[in-house]
Amino acid sequence: MEKVMAFTGDEIAAEAMRQINPDVLAAYPITPQTETVQKFSEFVAEGRVSTDMIRVESEHSAMSACVGAAAAGARAMTATSANGLALMWEIIYIAASYRLPIVMPVVNRALSGPINIHCDHSDSMGARDSGWIQLYSENCQEVYDNLIQALPIGEDRNVLLPVMVCFDGFIISHGTEGVAVLEDKVARNFIGEFKNIHSLLDIDNPVTYGPLDLFDYYFEHKRQQVEAMEKAPEVVKKVGKQFGELTGRFYGLLEDYHLQDADLVVIAAGSTAGTVKATVDELREEGVRAGLLKIRTFRPFPQKEIIQKLSKAKAVAVMDRSASFGAIGGPIFLEVRSALFEEQKKPLVISYIYGLGGRDTGINQIKQVYHDLAKAAQSGKVSQLVNYLGVRE
Amino acid sequence: MPSLKELSTREERLSRGHRLCPGCGASVIVRQVLLATEYPIVAASCTGCLEVATSIYPFTAWKIPWIHSAFENVAATLSGVETAYRHFKKLGKISKNVKFVAFGGDGGTYDIGIQALSGVLERGHELLYICYDNQAYMNTGIQRSSASPMGAHTTTSPPGQAIPLGKVEQRKDLTRIVVAHGVPYAAQASPGFYNDLMKKVEKALNTEGPTFINILSPCPRGWRYKPELSMEIAKLATLTGAWPLYEVENGKYRITYKPGKKRKPAQDWLKSQGRFRHLFREENKELLKKVEKAIEDKEKELFARAGEEI
Ligand SMILES: Cc1ncc(C[n+]2csc(CCOP(=O)(O)OP(=O)(O)O)c2C)c(N)n1
Ligand code: SF4
Ligand SMILES: [Mg+2]
Repeated sequence: MEKVMAFTGDEIAAEAMRQINPDVLAAYPITPQTETVQKFSEFVAEGRVSTDMIRVESEHSAMSACVGAAAAGARAMTATSANGLALMWEIIYIAASYRLPIVMPVVNRALSGPINIHCDHSDSMGARDSGWIQLYSENCQEVYDNLIQALPIGEDRNVLLPVMVCFDGFIISHGTEGVAVLEDKVARNFIGEFKNIHSLLDIDNPVTYGPLDLFDYYFEHKRQQVEAMEKAPEVVKKVGKQFGELTGRFYGLLEDYHLQDADLVVIAAGSTAGTVKATVDELREEGVRAGLLKIRTFRPFPQKEIIQKLSKAKAVAVMDRSASFGAIGGPIFLEVRSALFEEQKKPLVISYIYGLGGRDTGINQIKQVYHDLAKAAQSGKVSQLVNYLGVRE
Repeated sequence: MPSLKELSTREERLSRGHRLCPGCGASVIVRQVLLATEYPIVAASCTGCLEVATSIYPFTAWKIPWIHSAFENVAATLSGVETAYRHFKKLGKISKNVKFVAFGGDGGTYDIGIQALSGVLERGHELLYICYDNQAYMNTGIQRSSASPMGAHTTTSPPGQAIPLGKVEQRKDLTRIVVAHGVPYAAQASPGFYNDLMKKVEKALNTEGPTFINILSPCPRGWRYKPELSMEIAKLATLTGAWPLYEVENGKYRITYKPGKKRKPAQDWLKSQGRFRHLFREENKELLKKVEKAIEDKEKELFARAGEEI
């Protein structure tokens, strides 16, 4: 039923978008997202999708047009990176608060300044409180799988939230891999139809979008947004299971690798999870009980599952591909550590900031992390809480 | 153009009970615009006086579908709505003929929203953009915008010893910038001349492509005059040359109202509002002349462009 073909991350994102066939796509070019939208433009030009494309003059307008289109009942998509996401900032919060399930590939790239075009997660991590669901992808296959699942997740009546499908700039976006792709019919059937029950185009039932909402109601509306996020994990799991039944590739909030009996655990999101897997393989050969816990959904944050998955670990390293200036460590670290706070028996947790601005992170560095973890587990002490991996100090 | 009697039987699409100030030009403009047509309308607004005062949750004054998302993006937001509409039309999922109207303040249009507006004009969306121009950021407390006229006292251009003029710069000529995009129809109108205004709206909505009307929106709060005088003020602007009425079809300018014998000196316009009061101090005589001349020159320039004599 599936066909395996070679794609780069950008190309497979475009391929998934071709199958999704959104009603409206509004986008603006930025490296390393460009190939996705270029490829999609070819599909439009060749009539392989029925999408109406808006070649906007900025990302701010891209997200604004998506908000308008989605409020008019359309399936609306865009894609961006780094500064483009930063320029959308104001409107991504609005998209989430209007409960518009817009889907957006975010090809992770370091935020300026100084300007840099390579991968880190400062862009999407900065948007972590915007009210979007965030799915992180390890490789090209996951870019495809996450995009196909993003629509039924975001559009679920209990959720109605926009979804970012994040994947690492260049490492994934420009790396070619074999990807198993569903037949169009099967993919489209899985995605299903979307009906916005409050469409601006329903002339006979006029609706007001975006009123002034003051101290007497705003809080309740924010509370409803929190509730939608709270309902999202079940939907993510449900859709991940259905997708697995179709493809054999099952998805949840997290993925574990040799975690069952692992004393030393690395937590990572994105392509580095793949490097960690390779490291785990090597260490296991040496008899080290190493494991990986991969974050797929950072929003909603899978607190319960993380507690449960780490219940046997002795020492945990949380890898963050972004810095949170002035905070105690990286954003994933902070949340993992806080999730464990109430637990009687908990592992030592150490923060590693790595790969900023596209700095390469290889097996040797990750081995060093496991080495640190072993020392901490043995001594029962963390000697350095926040570490910067591969930086010249 | 239907008769007043017929207009009075048309349904109002902006309800009473909104919270704009008494005498505010904005609601008069919206009502005149929406009464000018019987097409179903989907409207959108920028953040600003009109938006906050017509949509305080859980109430809305809009009896038609309406969206506000932010300050600088009404053009882009509505372009998304309009694209969705064209898409569903193409797929046969919608049969009605719907029109799209954006209402942006001068701040949301001349300044922070000019990029989104320019994008929409260049891309050719089927929508009418109305700028209700009250010549300052009123919602945030009368700060100057690039639409504020030279000599205006605003809270960020107060006249003082070092800068006695108030706002030093000339207004930005936005309508001309819009025309430079090659749009099929652009116009300037005033609620004091409702016939002219509504004709322009009808024309715009029946023109293919993006259209634009810049409408003077008297603001008793910001301009400092009595609320009951708003329509008088709106007329005076045109009679004194401060707000000429014209339209531009495919690049060709036409003056749609010539004051003729009713013409009044620019000074009458300046005298009518507290925001220009400082110009009438003895020591500011030269500044007053400068501001008057700026108004006169601008009007002359426009008439020349239309090939008309004042
Ligand atoms: C990005 C952003 N900057 C500033 C503001 C604050 N703000 C809200 S309304 C407004 C002024 C609106 O002026 P205008 O567009 O002329 O409309 P008016 O209130 O005069 O009708 C400003 C500055 C905002 N909401 N968003
Ligand atoms: S401040 Fe001016 S523009 Fe705002 S509501 Fe009052 S009169 Fe209207
Ligand atoms: Mg204004």
